[in-house]
Amino acid sequence: MLKIAYYPGCSGQGTSLEYDTSTRAVCKALDVELVDIPDWSCCGSTPAHTVNHVLSAALSARNLAQVESMGMTKATTPCPSCLTNLRTASHKMDDPEFKDKVNALLDVPCRNAVDTQSVLQVLAENVDPDLIKGKVVKPLSGIKIACYYGCIMNRPPEVMKFDHHENPMAMDNLMALLGAEVVPFPLKVECCGASYGIPRGDIVHRLSGKLLDAARDVGADAIVTACPLCQMNLDLRQGQINDALRENFRIPVFYYTQLLGYALGIDRAELGFEKLCVDPRLALGRIKQPQQAM
Amino acid sequence: MRIGVFICHCGSNIAGTVDCPSVAATALTYPDVVFSTDTMYACSEPGQDAIIQAVKDKNLDGVVVASCTPRMHEQTFRRAVERAGLNRYMFEMANIREHVSWIGKTKDLNTGKASELVRMAVEKLRRNRPLMAKRFETTKRVLVIGGGVAGIQAALDCADGGQEVILVEREQSIGGKMAKLDKTFPTVDCSSCVLGPKMVDIAQHPNITLYTCAEVESVGGYVGNFQVTVRKKATYVDWARCTGCGLCVEKCPSRKMPDPFNENLCNAPSINIPFPQAIPKKAAINAASCLMLTKGKCGLCAKVCPVKCIDFEQKDELVNVDVGAIVVATGYDLFDWHKYPQYGEGRYKDVITSLQYERLLSASGPTGGHIKRPSDGKEPKNVVFIQCVGSRDKSVNRPYCSGFCCMYTAKQAILTKDHIPDSQSYVFYMDIRSPGKLYDEFVRRAMEEYGAQYVRGRVAMIYPKGDKLVVRGADTLAGTQVEVPADLVVLAVGAESAKGAVQLGEKLRVAPDQYGFFVESHPKLKPVETNTAGVFLAGACQGPKDIPASVGQGSAAASKVLGLLSKAMLESDPAVSRVNPARCVGCGKCIQTCPFGAIKAVQDRFGNPKAEVIDTVCQGCGICTVTCPQGAIQLEHFTDNQILAEVNALCPPKMFANFE
Ligand code: SF4
Ligand code: SF4
Repeated sequence: MLKIAYYPGCSGQGTSLEYDTSTRAVCKALDVELVDIPDWSCCGSTPAHTVNHVLSAALSARNLAQVESMGMTKATTPCPSCLTNLRTASHKMDDPEFKDKVNALLDVPCRNAVDTQSVLQVLAENVDPDLIKGKVVKPLSGIKIACYYGCIMNRPPEVMKFDHHENPMAMDNLMALLGAEVVPFPLKVECCGASYGIPRGDIVHRLSGKLLDAARDVGADAIVTACPLCQMNLDLRQGQINDALRENFRIPVFYYTQLLGYALGIDRAELGFEKLCVDPRLALGRIKQPQQAM
Repeated sequence: MRIGVFICHCGSNIAGTVDCPSVAATALTYPDVVFSTDTMYACSEPGQDAIIQAVKDKNLDGVVVASCTPRMHEQTFRRAVERAGLNRYMFEMANIREHVSWIGKTKDLNTGKASELVRMAVEKLRRNRPLMAKRFETTKRVLVIGGGVAGIQAALDCADGGQEVILVEREQSIGGKMAKLDKTFPTVDCSSCVLGPKMVDIAQHPNITLYTCAEVESVGGYVGNFQVTVRKKATYVDWARCTGCGLCVEKCPSRKMPDPFNENLCNAPSINIPFPQAIPKKAAINAASCLMLTKGKCGLCAKVCPVKCIDFEQKDELVNVDVGAIVVATGYDLFDWHKYPQYGEGRYKDVITSLQYERLLSASGPTGGHIKRPSDGKEPKNVVFIQCVGSRDKSVNRPYCSGFCCMYTAKQAILTKDHIPDSQSYVFYMDIRSPGKLYDEFVRRAMEEYGAQYVRGRVAMIYPKGDKLVVRGADTLAGTQVEVPADLVVLAVGAESAKGAVQLGEKLRVAPDQYGFFVESHPKLKPVETNTAGVFLAGACQGPKDIPASVGQGSAAASKVLGLLSKAMLESDPAVSRVNPARCVGCGKCIQTCPFGAIKAVQDRFGNPKAEVIDTVCQGCGICTVTCPQGAIQLEHFTDNQILAEVNALCPPKMFANFE
């Protein structure tokens, strides 16, 4: 069984609770043991690195040091934003001078010996696709899905080192494995407006609106994301976007773990479909019921 | 020995940071130096005269000149010394410009270093021996590899100059990339109308033998006496009888393979004549798709051919030719833009290359000269051109400028408006590079008269929206993002070296640069020569070039060939390796190591194996001399003793004051 340190990230405790619970559930179902990092703290999210790189790296390095104290070298997080911070901190600490500056701020120095990957990467690279296929009880056939990775899951490529930075396929492949019809989504790595949601709603309306528009264009019944912020902008703000752009989008936006869990037959309570703002029932209804064995 | 030393000022180039008179005075203290002076310009006529005068007056046996690089003037001074009655190898040069005055600013240190370099040259010269060149005859015939416009020009010029020419072309017809173009810049005249007559001349010239569907298999020999083997690939058609009537092409039922002449925009029959003006106008079978050759049934072409020239049994044929000189004109290939994921990696049908667009514009192309986009055959209204795809981009290892894309893009923008008057072209560019005659005016015309919208900035991505493509890029002059809805996107792909160029270069002993383009002898003074004597370059195999430059180089290479072959006898460079048979144990290591194949195994009169250097092939690189475990091979003019003497002059051995 694969054992890996787990960093849920702050949003996993609040806005994207359903991402966290569904992630834990599918990992368990796929024999990936997630060990919570004791006393983990916020990675600094977007604000910290806009103010001070050393401080921002120190926030992440503290968490990495916690992983080291667990005697582990591999960590994972569902949130691409946390991932960016953790990986960027490691990347920068490859420079010994920078590492010294960071460690000067920490009680327990970070050795920079932890490799952090997104849960998606762990599932894509460390879990045998045949194992996943074998565990599918409710194939997703009948639903058309646009996979949306967001702009930071795979970029910059020299830091993230996962999949392709312009045309990633990990989520597409996973969804196809579950039996969904994956439509080619040309804007899969475009920005949704990210954390401009509060200061500059107009930017989010424009950028996220474009994504919804493109998804409708390619005939998707639903969008699947891997990022709490993307999910929030596309789902929670879909009404605002409709108002601002005089549109009428009604495209549910799932976490890929939710659909994965659905296909694996995991208890609905752990998948948190009821937390989605855009009603997913129409889309889920498209999934054909498995043929009863005669 | 009596040695004279001349220290050149090179104006202020050297004298500015080197005390030349003092270097000259120091040189007088070196062994065997009987005369030493400094001079303003040693290479000038008075400068050379002074050297000649000194040789005569002082009865000198050898001369050292301390000046610029030997690349510049070694030949000049060798000839001067020769005019003074000495052997040309009784001369040495010290480079006190590039190695001293240009790189150091401190006069004291420079003066010291210059003196030491002169000392090295003197010590070397003391061990020089007169060397004599050998003379040999040449074969009056030239091989031109590549039948694009540069090769065609070179072949015609050589043939007109009275030489026999063998022209070898890999494709079925000559004409190269130019034959695929619709119009040419900046005159917008029809490409095949300009090229066609030249192609016909090739076919009709009594001095030219043309092999198409052929490749150079191996090259041996040396300048004046190359032995070349050409592989004529099986075409399954007896070309001696084929009349090019095209009946077979019409009847062939197999049309599954993309047509390379039309840049894969459409399919071609398995037996084909690539285009109406093809030279030679003969049919050839594509063995990979022919039903008869792959499945053993069909043979329709053989049935309809009125002269019965189809031969399914035909095999490749090897032809040996002896030539005196070789012109390489293998051209270029287009950059494979699928390396740009942001442009769709081939997922969007309406993103095409500039050369595909040429085929769409061309009356002999797959659409009969109507611009129709590949996805649905509709006439595009908004056409977006993206420049520098695979040029000036480090991220795809193509940092160089391809040179002609700015111009052909302007031409295509103009032609688009001609074909579709209510269309709008957009050109995303980085800089406009149009330095040729009438070139900049041409680009201006595309902008001003034809209304092409030029946007400075790279395109970040292309994505489909409905039946259009959205081209998103930056406008770095306006400082904004722009999005253009396009019906068709044309990528101005850059040039890269032709496939197989490196392998061909190995056969010809011509070095490729890091991008696979062949390296010329000197970028300014020997642009069509290579470092292998008798092998010349023309056209884009040396670097991306447009048509006028390629034609110019074709003629230049031809003039070099004619100059070379006009001599009855050639002289070989005597600075080659030589085997001392007494020391040679015949291990053959040198034979394996010589990159030029210049050493052969022989037997002495007792039947012992020995090595022998073929003077005319040896390039004097010296690799063999360091390979030989016996020290049996020495490179004339650069023997171990001569080089050791130079080293000792710099750092005198402590133990033996006079190490020899
Ligand atoms: S390497 Fe030296 S010893 Fe061996 S064959 Fe060549 S010359 Fe003779
Ligand atoms: S010096 Fe030696 S290795 Fe070089 S070309 Fe001549 S024989 Fe060959």
